[in-house]
Amino acid sequence: MTSTALDRAVVAEEPTRDDVRVVRRQLGPGPRIRFAFWIGPALLLAIWVVGSLTGFIAAQVLTAPWDVVKEFGDQWSNHDLLGNITASLGRVCYGLALGTAAGFALALVSGLSRLGEAVIDGPIQIKRAIPTLALIPLFVAWFGIGEQMKIITIALISMIPIYINTHNGLRGIDGRYAELAETLDIRRGTFLRHVVLPGALPGFLLGLRFAVTSAMLGLVVVEQYNSLSGIGHMMTLAQEYGQTSVIVVGLVLYGLYGFLADAAVRLVERKALSWRRTLEG
Amino acid sequence: MATDVGGLSAAGVTVRNLHRSFNRSGGVLNGLDLDIAPGEFVALIGRSGSGKSTLLRALAGLDRDVEGYGRISVPEQVSVVFQDSRLLPWKRLLANVTFGLEGRDAAERGLRALTEVGLAGRESAWPAELSGGQQQRAALARSLVREPQLLLADEPFGALDALTRLQMHELLRKLCAVHRPAVLLVTHDVDEAIVLADRVILLDGGVVATDLRIDLAQRSQADPGFAGLRHQLLDALGATGEHLGSDFIAPGQRRAS
Ligand SMILES: Nc1ncnc2c1ncn2[C@@H]1O[C@H](COP(=O)(O)OP(=O)(O)OP(=O)(O)O)[C@@H](O)[C@H]1O
Ligand SMILES: [Mg+2]
Repeated sequence: MTSTALDRAVVAEEPTRDDVRVVRRQLGPGPRIRFAFWIGPALLLAIWVVGSLTGFIAAQVLTAPWDVVKEFGDQWSNHDLLGNITASLGRVCYGLALGTAAGFALALVSGLSRLGEAVIDGPIQIKRAIPTLALIPLFVAWFGIGEQMKIITIALISMIPIYINTHNGLRGIDGRYAELAETLDIRRGTFLRHVVLPGALPGFLLGLRFAVTSAMLGLVVVEQYNSLSGIGHMMTLAQEYGQTSVIVVGLVLYGLYGFLADAAVRLVERKALSWRRTLEG
Repeated sequence: MATDVGGLSAAGVTVRNLHRSFNRSGGVLNGLDLDIAPGEFVALIGRSGSGKSTLLRALAGLDRDVEGYGRISVPEQVSVVFQDSRLLPWKRLLANVTFGLEGRDAAERGLRALTEVGLAGRESAWPAELSGGQQQRAALARSLVREPQLLLADEPFGALDALTRLQMHELLRKLCAVHRPAVLLVTHDVDEAIVLADRVILLDGGVVATDLRIDLAQRSQADPGFAGLRHQLLDALGATGEHLGSDFIAPGQRRAS
C-alpha cells in the first residue's frame, strides 16, 4: 500500500525536466534550414511579381511574370519550344560531359606523375589565360559554325575548372595515406580507387559546380552563332522582332538550367561526401 | 630491402651495421645492430631526435630516399601502427580494417579483428565518429588482421590519456599473446616499455646503447624489480639530473660559455 503511494508520488514529481545549460555564442552557420535552397529564388520571384503588379517594374523594362507564362505557352504550342529546350540541353550536356572527362583525365595524369605534370600543366595554364570566348572566331574557322564548334567550345570552357580543382584536390591528399597504403602492400589500382579518387572527389565536385556555370556561359555565347534551334536561337529571333517577353522566357530557362544543375551537383556532393563533417552540416 | 642475412632469419628481424643520415653534418643511425627473435616483444626508447622513428621507418621500408647503407632483413608480413591512427576518413570502419585485404573472407576476418579490439558493432561508423582511443584500436585491428610476423609501432599510444593507455596496454599484451608477432614498439614512456616488453633497448648516438632483458614475475609496477629497472633505464636516458641533454638550460640560469 505505502509503496504504491510512494511510487505515485515519485511519478507525479517526475515531469519537471529542467534544461539549464551553458551555450556558447554560435559562430558556425548552425543547423540546416529545410528548403533553404528555394528561399532565395522564391524571394526573387516574389519581388518580380509584386513589382509588376504595383507597376514599379514597367512592362517595357521587364515583362510581367504572367505575360512570360503566357508567352511560354505560346512558344510551346506554336514554335516548338520543347525542341529548342532539348537542343540546348543536348549541347550543354554533350559539351559538359566531354569537358569533364577530359579535365578529369588530364588532372589525374598530371596529378599522379611528375612527367605528366611537366607536359600537361603548362599548356593548361596558358589555355586558362586565354578566355575561351576569344577563341570562338578561331574555332569557327576550324570547325565551321555547326554543332561541332558549339560542343567543342562548351567542352573546353568547362574543362578548365574541372582540371584545376581536381588537380588541386589530388595534390592536397595527405601524403601519410600514401605511406599507409605502402605499408599495407596495396596495389596501384586499389590505391587509385580507394585513396586517390575519394581524396580528390571534393575538389572534383567543386570543379564540377564551376564547370556547370561555365558551360552555361559557353552555351549562351555559341547559340548566338547561326543556330537553327535552341534557346539562343529563339532569343536571337525575338531580338530581331523586338519581342521582349520571348527573351525573358529564354532568360528564365537559362536561369532554371543553371540553378537546377548546380542543385544536382550539390546534392551529389552532399551524398558522396557524407563522411565529411564540415560547416555544411 | 628484405634481403636475408645468411638466410637464417625466417621470421625474425636482423639489422647489421645500419647507417642513416639526413644531412652531411652527422648520421642519425651509425652502424646499428639489432636482432629480434620471432614472437619477441622489444620496446625501443631513446631521447627525442635519437633516431627511433628513423630506425622504425627503415624496418618498415619507408625510407627509400634516405641516405645510408647497411643490411636489413625482416619477415614477409610486416604491419605498421602509426602515432596517428591513419584511418581513411572516407571509408567506414570495417572497410578501413580490411583495406587491401583480398579473399572472400576478408569482411569476416575484419569483423573478427574489430571484435578482438572491442569495437564489435561499430563496423559501419565513420572514423570521425570515434574517439581517439577507439581510432587507435581500429588501427591495431587493421594491423592484426593481416597476421603480421612483425608489428612495428611508433608511439601508438602517445596521444591517449593515461587510463585509455592502460587499457591499450592490456589489449596489446593480450593480442600479442594470441597472435605472437615480433614487436618493435617505440615509446617515450619508460614504464610502458617495462610493463609491455620482453626486452628494452635504448638508442643513443645512433646505436643500441643499452639492451635490457625484462624478467619480471608480474608485469606491473607492483613487482619489486620494477623500480630498479626503471631507475636503470632513466639513468641511461640521462633523465635523472645533471645531464638532461646539452640543450637543456635550467630555469633561471644562463648558458655557460
Ligand atoms: N625527413 C627528415 N629530414 C631531415 N631530418 C630528419 C628527417 N627525419 C628525421 N630527421 C632528423 O633525424 C633525427 C632523428 O629523428 P627521428 O624522427 O628518428 O627521432 P625520434 O627518436 O623518433 O624522435 P621523437 O622521439 O621525438 O619522435 C632528428 O635529428 C631529426 O631532425
Ligand atoms: Mg619519432
